[in-house]
Amino acid sequence: MSNSDLSTPQYNYKVVKQFAVMTVIWGIVGMAVGVLIAAQLAWPALNFDLPWLTYSRLRPLHTNAVIFAFGGSALFATSYYVVQRTCQAPLISNGLAAFTFWGWQLVILLAAITLPLGITSSKEYAELEWPIDILITVVWVVYAIVFFGTIAKRKAAHIYVANWFYGAFILTVALLHVVNSLAIPVSLTKSYSVYSGAIDAMVQWWYGHNAVGFFLTAGFLGMMYYFVPKRVNRPVFSYRLSIVHFWALISIYMWAGPHHLHYSALPDWAQSLGMVFSLILLAPSWGGMINGIMTLSGAWDRLRTDPVIRFMIVALSFYGMSTFEGPMMSIKTVNALSHNTDWTIGHVHAGALGWVAMISIGAIYCLVPWLWNKKDMYSVKLINIHFWLSTLGVVFYIASMWVAGITQGLMWRAVNADGTLTYTFVQSLEATYPYYVVRTFGGLLFLIGMFIMLYNVIKTINSADEADTAPAAQPA
Amino acid sequence: MSTFWSVWIIAITLFNIFGCLWLLWWTRKKPEDVIEEGENTLGHEFDGIEEYNNPLPKWWLNLFYFTIAFSLIYLLLFPGYGSYPGVFGWTSANQWEREVETADNTYNRIFRDYAKSSIEELANNPEAVKVGQRLYGNNCSVCHGSDAKGSKGFPNLTDNDWLYGGTPEAIKTTLIKGRNGNMPPMIAAVGGEQGAKDVAAYVLSLSGQTGSGDAEAGKAKFMVCAACHGMDGKGNQAMGAPNLTDNIWLYGNSEEAIIEAIAKGRRGQMPAFEETLSPEKIHVISAYVYSLSQ
Repeated sequence: MSNSDLSTPQYNYKVVKQFAVMTVIWGIVGMAVGVLIAAQLAWPALNFDLPWLTYSRLRPLHTNAVIFAFGGSALFATSYYVVQRTCQAPLISNGLAAFTFWGWQLVILLAAITLPLGITSSKEYAELEWPIDILITVVWVVYAIVFFGTIAKRKAAHIYVANWFYGAFILTVALLHVVNSLAIPVSLTKSYSVYSGAIDAMVQWWYGHNAVGFFLTAGFLGMMYYFVPKRVNRPVFSYRLSIVHFWALISIYMWAGPHHLHYSALPDWAQSLGMVFSLILLAPSWGGMINGIMTLSGAWDRLRTDPVIRFMIVALSFYGMSTFEGPMMSIKTVNALSHNTDWTIGHVHAGALGWVAMISIGAIYCLVPWLWNKKDMYSVKLINIHFWLSTLGVVFYIASMWVAGITQGLMWRAVNADGTLTYTFVQSLEATYPYYVVRTFGGLLFLIGMFIMLYNVIKTINSADEADTAPAAQPA
Repeated sequence: MSTFWSVWIIAITLFNIFGCLWLLWWTRKKPEDVIEEGENTLGHEFDGIEEYNNPLPKWWLNLFYFTIAFSLIYLLLFPGYGSYPGVFGWTSANQWEREVETADNTYNRIFRDYAKSSIEELANNPEAVKVGQRLYGNNCSVCHGSDAKGSKGFPNLTDNDWLYGGTPEAIKTTLIKGRNGNMPPMIAAVGGEQGAKDVAAYVLSLSGQTGSGDAEAGKAKFMVCAACHGMDGKGNQAMGAPNLTDNIWLYGNSEEAIIEAIAKGRRGQMPAFEETLSPEKIHVISAYVYSLSQ
């Protein structure tokens, strides 16, 4: 498109640019903290005996930074871009859009201050204390107003599938966040959850797993549904497949949380439902992968020349792999081996690095030249190097965690002829040590790739403009 | 679970599962809608993106049907439909009970045999000591260390210096009932900060060391400590009061550590294992711990 084209509306690209740049920056910050805490597991002295640098405080900072700062910024950037372009309508309010940007950055800043100080609600992936929770809620409601308000003003009769997924993500995350974070404050920095016992555990994992399902899956599927067909310039494979897998995905994900609580105090019926709905979830999840890969199919030759498409196809492959692995791990007998081991960490990162980060990276590499009116990224060669660093990094990461996890699971259950446990816990830690080193190395490769990306993005933005290079907005 | 909630759970479960089947049927019902590769697209167009309407892949549909069929059958066999218990009558609790029973039948014989011997005898039986060491590794080493040499606040079990006694019976009692070590704060009783310093100097002198306080003045104030630690400072195993003369220290021999103990007191807790381990297993662990200082 071109901003000078009078037939296109004046889209708000400022907020998209802001979020796109912050995606790269928060990606580096979040992953750097990840590499540090991965290194701490191998070399504990790296916490330098400072309370602010201990694993217990930095781990939530890592998860919050990569999920909500990096992933969140990528979702804000792409959803604001996609909703405007596919609805042919500018954001309904530039002021509100700017509020969501600065509000979200403030949330991240407060997280980066409070979590190392040890201020936490202790709910996983929802550690931020109540004043920050309220700020998140306000920003999120404004985000919903901007997004759905823009959809309401669309020129096309239909709503494009990417927007269904973004919409489901925005609505559900609001619901999850508010319900799970309900708490009674006792001071500015301390509150107690209104839930307790098994109910607390169930609400926590209803939130936790749907954060995966709606924040890290639905939102990024929305991203995939725009950037994949756009980049390869081919029609989406199947409209009806998108309908089936959308509705099946969002309804069935809601049930999957109890698979985090197998063999716990949660009633057996809830555990069974969590398991069977996780199994049914396999097909709807793969529906998205099929639609993405089959859309790419027919443009395979471009894999040789365009590393951005490589990012996308590898992202879809990891999405397919982790959504197969997830249902498998939710089967009670498999879970009895995998639970509490590093296999779970490997699984999460197959999704987080392989799917979420790589599809976001692909989308940002598309967006930057389009937004800043450049022909292409500054260096395609550097994108290619980034691609290989990321792919190798993910493989080192998840392969080491698979081996570590299965080793731990088997060692913990091994018994001697007298019924005593064969291994003490510390022996399983000792056995894990080399895999922790390999995992740190994998994470480091991925992080180096992000620095290369930042350099490439800066050089692209600062390069000379080339007019009319981005794809033109098409009439519906 | 009340009937209402049971019915509600069954209803929403089946609604969602059959809803998926309906969705599959509904999207397949109009084959004339199919727009495949190479043909025209659906007519929707969004920012240049068009859409085919390819049929749902056969293998994918079959996968979907299979997971649904599996789930419906699984929920008949296992609990899931509200309060309906499932054909197999399985619960996680009865699975656990069965596993414990199997383990008991397999392994208890070994421990019953060991229980026939005294702790002293077992301590000389290398097989029994090995079994005890494994049980120790998984139950005790978290605090006392893999080498049983303890750490600050956790006693060394290998040095023949015992807070509550090192006879086989005393060790076993410690394991079964646990121990609650409690030294009260004595700062007021010894006369404030200077008093604590003086007493610390005296306590250090008992094992041939010196402190910054006046040991002679401390000796007079030590009277209040003697109630537990004895006039000679040699402690009292009946109440777990440590011997202060042997230069073995649970919390360190620095002057600060001793002043801290006097000022704030000390609390140590060894948990009771009678709820966790069978008496026979405790017997074998006792033999292992006893063997360490023999």
